[in-house]
Amino acid sequence: MGKTLATRMAFGHEIIEIAKTNPNFVVCNADTKTCGLEKFGKYFPEREFSFGIAEQNLVGGAAGLAACGNKVFLATFAVFASMRACEQVRTFVCYPNLNVTIIGTHAGLQVGGDGATHAAIEDVAIMRAFPNMTVVQPADAVSAKILAHAAVDFTGPLYVRLHRNPVPDVYDPETYQFVWGKANTVADYGTDMTMIVSGILLKKALDAAAILNEQGIKVRVLDMATIKPLDNEAVIKAARETGAVMTIEDHTIFGGLGSAVAEVIVENCPVPMQRIGIQDKFGESGDPELLYRDHGMDVESIVEKAKALVARKG
Amino acid sequence: MNHNYFTQQDVERLEEQAVQIRRDIISMIHAAKAGHPGGSLSAVEMVTALYFHVLNIDPQNPRWPDRDRFILSKGHSCPVLYAALARRGYFDPAILNTLRQYHSILQGHPDMNKVPGIDMTAGSLGNGLSVGVGMALSGKLHHQDYMTYVMLGDGEIQEGMVWEAAMAANHHNLKNLVAIVDCNGVQINGWTNEIMTVEPIADKWRAFGWRVVEVNGHNMKDVLTALHTAKTMRHPTVILMRTVKGKGVSFMEDDCIWHGQAPDDEQMVKAIAEIDVGGVV
Repeated sequence: MGKTLATRMAFGHEIIEIAKTNPNFVVCNADTKTCGLEKFGKYFPEREFSFGIAEQNLVGGAAGLAACGNKVFLATFAVFASMRACEQVRTFVCYPNLNVTIIGTHAGLQVGGDGATHAAIEDVAIMRAFPNMTVVQPADAVSAKILAHAAVDFTGPLYVRLHRNPVPDVYDPETYQFVWGKANTVADYGTDMTMIVSGILLKKALDAAAILNEQGIKVRVLDMATIKPLDNEAVIKAARETGAVMTIEDHTIFGGLGSAVAEVIVENCPVPMQRIGIQDKFGESGDPELLYRDHGMDVESIVEKAKALVARKG
Repeated sequence: MNHNYFTQQDVERLEEQAVQIRRDIISMIHAAKAGHPGGSLSAVEMVTALYFHVLNIDPQNPRWPDRDRFILSKGHSCPVLYAALARRGYFDPAILNTLRQYHSILQGHPDMNKVPGIDMTAGSLGNGLSVGVGMALSGKLHHQDYMTYVMLGDGEIQEGMVWEAAMAANHHNLKNLVAIVDCNGVQINGWTNEIMTVEPIADKWRAFGWRVVEVNGHNMKDVLTALHTAKTMRHPTVILMRTVKGKGVSFMEDDCIWHGQAPDDEQMVKAIAEIDVGGVV
């Protein structure tokens, strides 16, 4: 533990590793430095297709390859996958239900210096809205690497959301297991409240939960790697057993994990909720930790908002 | 290799088949009370030539991996494709009159998972050529010798994505890809070149590295010759077929009103009569 590697690099490198023994997939690239898969063609020239700076054609071409029976991975920045090629993903991958894995990298405010144009803060909301689409995001390099294997074996439209910068590992490669559509209980101090987290902010949630534990607030932490289909059962169980739910994600509070969890809670077992995420404004250039602080997504803010949430339980 | 060439007998057979397809287009759109007759009628000769002579396909095995592919990128013109598939034996022609109805396999735009013989879902303009690039890449990757044909509208090439795909086809040297542009000169709100100039179309494709074949899209012999030429080219090839929107029904010809309007009972009878009397266009 404690090692640091970006989720995007862990995922991409593992895809290249898998390709050495598994010939049954191809990679489509636009001209970006995404997840290491831009080097795929060096190792497997026949199985890599370059589409240049043309994301709509990238997704359309991937759909054509998939319609001929190929398993396709395509990689680009999450902003371009979800917005520049939004309709191609919807109408030519999701609607015909084709076997394309869309790797969206540089998600959220963690992009840092590139600023608002390159920070995908609404991609989960967009991808989650498409029928047939599965949406997943790993919390660290360990889970990203294991997710790569699951993605290779997956059939159907899949959106994998990855982050740019290195993050500390929270999982032990010896014990971590990934199951599609199942939340993973990462910490369980007690039943005062539950934090449901998706993506790299899991580390901050765990740090906050440890601090809260010392202060007498007992938190359960769930890693919701699969955002769609959501583990409704786990959400309902968390609400029933702990009576308060906080969601944490590097994404706008509209339409992402927070909304997905709220939808389930409202319809099944309303309890006090707090969504931690990007407030309704665009990102900007800067140290991601400072940006997180501005949006109340740092450990200190999470601790404060957790206390306020528990106080609302009545 | 089959159907590399054609006889006079083939031409006559295909011309007769085209009359039937025209009749089907009118009656199915009339039954649906909605649909796109203009761009369906302009594409009749080409679609007929493809499905009844050129394409290496097997209606009994619609997903045969080595089949030639056809993508109707101008998906709104699906009546012509549905009629061709039904008459070619992919499904019962009686189904044609369920076009656009609740639970019909014949959606307002083609759905590859609902209709046997549809190689790609289409409807949103500008996308089909990219999908065709992917299909042609797959053919090369797996050393299959099928061809991929993509039909676009001349209005459709106003979409920028078409040119992303055109650039990629040349970059990847996709000689197994043929684009067909139905240059009927009319789009939904008027003359194409009044709405957004697309000419000089041939120069545009040449500049993107394509071989260009220009043809009268209503002359069956010319259409067959163009398809034969395109298949033998060592580069991606585009067939620019000069056509008349609404061809074969006098009151629909060259009139943008008939881009997306169904004939009423009287107009249907008149249109079918014209097609029967007019016969081969």
